[in-house]
Amino acid sequence: MSGAAQPHEHGDQIPHASFRGYMTGFVLAVILTAIPFWLVMGDVLANKTATIVAILVFGAVQIVVHVIYFLHMDAQAESGWTLMSFLFTATLILIMLSGSIWIMYHLHSNTHPQPPTAAEVRNMP
Amino acid sequence: MSTPSEMIMTDSAGQPRFFLHEEHHPENGTMLGFWLYLMSDSLIFAILFACYGVLGTNYAGGPTPAELFDLDLIAVNTSLLLISSITYGFVMISMQDGRLNQMLLWLGVTGALGLGFVAIELYEFAHLIHQDAGPGRSAFLSSFFTLVGTHGLHVSFGILWLITLMFQLKRYGINPAMRRRVACLSLFWHFLDIVWIGVFTFVYLMGVLR
Amino acid sequence: MTQTYADHASVLFGKLTLDSLAFLHDPILLWTFIGAALAGGAVLTWVTKNGWWGYLWREWFCSIDHKKIGIMYIALAIIMLLRGFADAIMMRLHQAMAFGDELGYLPPHHYDQIFTAHGVIMIFFVAMPMVVGLMNIIVPLQIGARDVAFPFLNNLSLWLTTAAAGLIMASLFVGEFATTGWLAYPPLSGLEASPGIGVDYYIWALQIGGVGTLLTGINFIVTIVKMRAPGMSWMKMPVFTWTALCTNILIVAAFPVLTAALLLLSLDRYLGTNFFVADGGGNAMMYINIIWIWGHPEVYILILPIFGVFSEVVPTFCRKRLFGYTSMVYATCVITILSYIVWLHHFFTMGSGASVNAFFGLATMIISIPTGAKLFNWLFTMYRGRIRFTLPMLWTLAFMVTFTVGGMTGVMLAIPPADFLLHNSLFLIAHFHNVIIGGVVFGFFAGFNFWFPKVTGYKLDEFWGKVSFWLWLVGYWVAFTPLYVLGLMGVSRRMSHFDDPSLQIWFQIALVGAVLIAGGIAAFFIQLWATWRHREQLRDLTGDPWNGRTLEWSTSSPPPPYNFAFTPVVHDQDAWWDMKRRGFQRPTAGFLPIHMPKNTAAGMLLSALATGCGFGLIWQIWWLAAGSLVLLILASIWHTFNFDRDYHISAQEVATIEAQRTEQLKLAGG
Repeated sequence: MSGAAQPHEHGDQIPHASFRGYMTGFVLAVILTAIPFWLVMGDVLANKTATIVAILVFGAVQIVVHVIYFLHMDAQAESGWTLMSFLFTATLILIMLSGSIWIMYHLHSNTHPQPPTAAEVRNMP
Repeated sequence: MSTPSEMIMTDSAGQPRFFLHEEHHPENGTMLGFWLYLMSDSLIFAILFACYGVLGTNYAGGPTPAELFDLDLIAVNTSLLLISSITYGFVMISMQDGRLNQMLLWLGVTGALGLGFVAIELYEFAHLIHQDAGPGRSAFLSSFFTLVGTHGLHVSFGILWLITLMFQLKRYGINPAMRRRVACLSLFWHFLDIVWIGVFTFVYLMGVLR
Repeated sequence: MTQTYADHASVLFGKLTLDSLAFLHDPILLWTFIGAALAGGAVLTWVTKNGWWGYLWREWFCSIDHKKIGIMYIALAIIMLLRGFADAIMMRLHQAMAFGDELGYLPPHHYDQIFTAHGVIMIFFVAMPMVVGLMNIIVPLQIGARDVAFPFLNNLSLWLTTAAAGLIMASLFVGEFATTGWLAYPPLSGLEASPGIGVDYYIWALQIGGVGTLLTGINFIVTIVKMRAPGMSWMKMPVFTWTALCTNILIVAAFPVLTAALLLLSLDRYLGTNFFVADGGGNAMMYINIIWIWGHPEVYILILPIFGVFSEVVPTFCRKRLFGYTSMVYATCVITILSYIVWLHHFFTMGSGASVNAFFGLATMIISIPTGAKLFNWLFTMYRGRIRFTLPMLWTLAFMVTFTVGGMTGVMLAIPPADFLLHNSLFLIAHFHNVIIGGVVFGFFAGFNFWFPKVTGYKLDEFWGKVSFWLWLVGYWVAFTPLYVLGLMGVSRRMSHFDDPSLQIWFQIALVGAVLIAGGIAAFFIQLWATWRHREQLRDLTGDPWNGRTLEWSTSSPPPPYNFAFTPVVHDQDAWWDMKRRGFQRPTAGFLPIHMPKNTAAGMLLSALATGCGFGLIWQIWWLAAGSLVLLILASIWHTFNFDRDYHISAQEVATIEAQRTEQLKLAGG
């Protein structure tokens, strides 16, 4: 029933822009950009894996911040179609990225087997 | 069901209506259509990211990211793009207030920041190619140049679009069609910033850590 | 001196030389060229003689009317079907001959181009335009809309698709086509193994066509989301529209992946990157992985709207409401999502581990469940219905039997250990022809026979329709059952020569099947001709010849440019059935002016420039490629300065058209 009852003057679907919203988003984005750069350039965490996880989390959070404050996505816009298509696309991106990496990693380890370790050699039949 | 739609469904005597007596005006679909385009575009980037994820460690005996990437430069680049996001936000606010000249000013600033971004990227690319680390050197560099270059091409296209809109705004003023166009470019511009978050995190920062 | 001449020539013409005119060297191509030139010349002369160019240009080529665009898509599909089928029967003939000392009549290089072209054409330029054409004609009518959301983009999509088909056709005479198979796997499609321009034709044709398809996808999602008639909530939407929605979601979410895959391949070929070249650390398997992320959803892009066709045909000819509407909708949505997690089943044998294969094997088996649910729904709709065995219903029944067999062999292929034996064998070929001919082609003919009266105002000739139906059905089984047998014996696909004489009989049987299908195609054209001859008897004045259920049957046949004089209001799933049942009176007065989009030549202009750019890139004629690209961008910008894009059909004009309709209904006794 989307839009059937609405007059078309309000039908251009451009979200309302507010100075406050943009500034909030901007400040958050600056912080969320600065921290990962600082983590990597300043060699702050001793553990590499922890740094990688941290910057990935900061990246993911910043994407959400941009989507909400700059792209103005919310559950009401376009009767939920922007949100739904965004979630659908995000799921697909996740499937494509993780699926490809999983498949190709398996392929690699199957077709380029690592030489057996000393322990494995000892236990060979 | 709400009252206005009941009025559409039945006539005054409560009998079902089978057609509208007035013209039907569906909502404009431009913004949704453009949003869907962005979703599809993000899947192109997803594949380029996947390629970088799979091939990004295949150096073929060539240089590694830690040897090549200059994070200071990337920090400058990132801030240019981030600032251009908020200046585009000011474009949208001025448009809402109906201030054409302010709008043009902020569009100009945004475009200049975008140009700065593209210029730094071109400098980086030229520098890499000069060091014999061009796209043909290894699968890592192929996927790097393609991913970052595709983003850069999008930004360049965005700048071209922005200039076109500045001309059109001068000529036609702020009308509903122009509003939609400016809003579409807003989506596009912020979308590119989002892709860039992925690039600096996944490519540059993680690359240096490897 | 000669050196400089050659240099100048290569700047002007890139790799294109007189030797590139392939038809001058190959007698088969020469005769094809002469035939095509004569036939094309005859058509052009005929059109010129009748003075139809202006009419065609104004009313068709520049048209942004979704019905006309749909008709042009279907015309494109039928023309390309002839080309694709010519390739098919040439392969069948060659394989039936090429045993032992007999080498067949096609040189291997030519044979390889034929099987590649056959696959590419049949999927991209026959099956796709068939479903896009049907969606174009029917979706806006079913949802009670005047046109699609972006009428200009619709026209642009059509011409980009046509431009891509044109490039493929050009490759027949100018240069060569890829010899790599329809998905152009590297390293075979890489520069080292395929230095010619065949793969480049493939890449740029599909890139241009892909943009057109993507625009169609966006266009139809927005159309269905925004432009449904008042009262048509999601669960009151006709099933065909539902399947069209899911198909277009798949298009928007899958075609970018194809674009990316082809982009990477072209970078490897043009700029010397190393994505799929092992030397530089690339991995050819990555291409296979990416292209099937697109490729698997693609098969559902083709089949989902066809499921929608059957879901309209079965209730209409059984005079019952569709059984399990809700489950049909959910099954469609589930397929849409699941189609993204099965792609690896196309390459179980590439060497990923057991856990990867097990996951994708199981996911594939799961996706067959919603498809099975759909078949049961159609069967239960037929159960105790008053079945009328008209042509659309016959095609539907043939589909139900044939497609089920294809689905079962598909589940066999989904079992990884079995797939290791059947991969790349003729069993696979038999399987996907089983689902594509038995599904998409049969479904297209069901839809064609069903909606032809809506589009033209004439029912199709029954006798020749039945001849075509039986020839196709029997021909399909005779042509492909032998391939199942051969595949189980381990015979590989794409072979141009065999040594074992005991296999020959199966290929000869398959050839007989192909000849029967040729008869089916001929009978289809005779059916069109017979319809034209008997048009007075076959005329339908009511606009509702089958006692239909959905809104497209509520307007006249052919529908007026504005589709509905007044936008319908929907109260029930089968809106038109509901309106008829509750005594709907057609309005005959009070018409209003109707706002419509204007025709434009911009779509054709942009597509022509895209073709120029593609041709320049293929032959490395850089001035042409760069020039066309710059003009393409400038023309697109220029187009955004045009705000004069619509007009009004006056109330007077609407009243005149509707009065004609009133007369027609009187004549029909309605």
